Amino acid sequence: MSAARPKAGRVFADGLLRNNPVFVQVLGICSTLAVTNVFENTLVMCIGLVFTTGLSNFSLSLLRSMIPGRIRMIVETLVIASWVIVFDIIIKATLPEISKALGAYVGLIITNCIVMGRAEAFALANKPLISMADGIANGLGYSWVLLAVAFVRELLGSGSILGARVLGEWWTNWNIMVMAPGGFFVLAILIWIVRGRMERNKEGAR
Amino acid sequence: MTEISVLSIFLAAVFTNNILLTNYLGMCSFLAVSSEVKASAGLGMAVTFVMAVTSVLNWIVEHHILVPLDLVYMRYIVYIIVIAAFVQLVEMIIERVSESLYSALGIFLPLITVNCAILGATLFIAIREYTLPQAAAYGAGGGLGWALAIVAMAGIRQKMARARVPRGLSGAGISLVITGIMALAFIGFSGMIRIN
Repeated sequence: MSAARPKAGRVFADGLLRNNPVFVQVLGICSTLAVTNVFENTLVMCIGLVFTTGLSNFSLSLLRSMIPGRIRMIVETLVIASWVIVFDIIIKATLPEISKALGAYVGLIITNCIVMGRAEAFALANKPLISMADGIANGLGYSWVLLAVAFVRELLGSGSILGARVLGEWWTNWNIMVMAPGGFFVLAILIWIVRGRMERNKEGAR
Repeated sequence: MTEISVLSIFLAAVFTNNILLTNYLGMCSFLAVSSEVKASAGLGMAVTFVMAVTSVLNWIVEHHILVPLDLVYMRYIVYIIVIAAFVQLVEMIIERVSESLYSALGIFLPLITVNCAILGATLFIAIREYTLPQAAAYGAGGGLGWALAIVAMAGIRQKMARARVPRGLSGAGISLVITGIMALAFIGFSGMIRIN
């Protein structure tokens, strides 16, 4: 990656903050938001997402001159699906309990818009290694947001982090945080905070 | 899972286990399209139709092709191919048969292949080991529930257009808050039926 290093730094800054997939593009919250009521599950899902975006960007970038434009989307989907299968098999073998808890959601990484979006927007126009960096950066940019949501939801909803009780007995669990609406509210508040900051920094940006 | 009646699966898929409001599936197109009632209704119809049919198709593929051949680990790829092929087919048929239907639904069809809700419904059916009638009920109900949510959301957003929203919250943020409140309202149905 040495030749691409100056660009790689920029790619990471973009993925993590300036062009963060969740805050700026509001993409791909589908599959992962559902598991954010437990921090540990979210962590595994995020690893899966970084794995998939990174490797599918890499392999699609390798294939980019061979993919005919008309069937581009379906080829992308199939490559992404293959990597998700690989990830699914890995966690089934290493973390069977979490794999069971995640259930269908691992498979849904395939339809996560970020993976496809990065393939379309970046991998098809750039070299393999920098594409992989872009995939990982966007995956990480997405992950930190989702992990923040999971942190708040598990802390307030169960009084614990990673299954270990951190708030004392006096704490009454907010059941709403474990249920679906909690995820919507926490993400909305997070988006509000970050976008409010961005707008104050940069006038005229949407 | 054979003991749950088909009707209760259908109702649960529409209300208590709404695929958008409890499983967060289909959020991307939900947030992108739900600013107008008419377009939302069109997309809702298309999703309902595709989800109902692909749920059944994928059930047949799962039980008559993947399981006998011991290829269950290939599920994701096969499902997505079935969905993509079906969507393409429907698009071609609608284009030939009805001009007005094509202009109403046609633009949404390509979006649907990557709609997480469609693949999600199929995967839930496979994991919960539904029977064929249950799968059909879940697919139709899930689609209808999604359509209900997006049309309701579009109605609310049209009313919201003139409301004054704090700057950082406008757009996606306020949509998520509204969706959260809708999800809260839908929890009210949960006394009715519960499936998991």
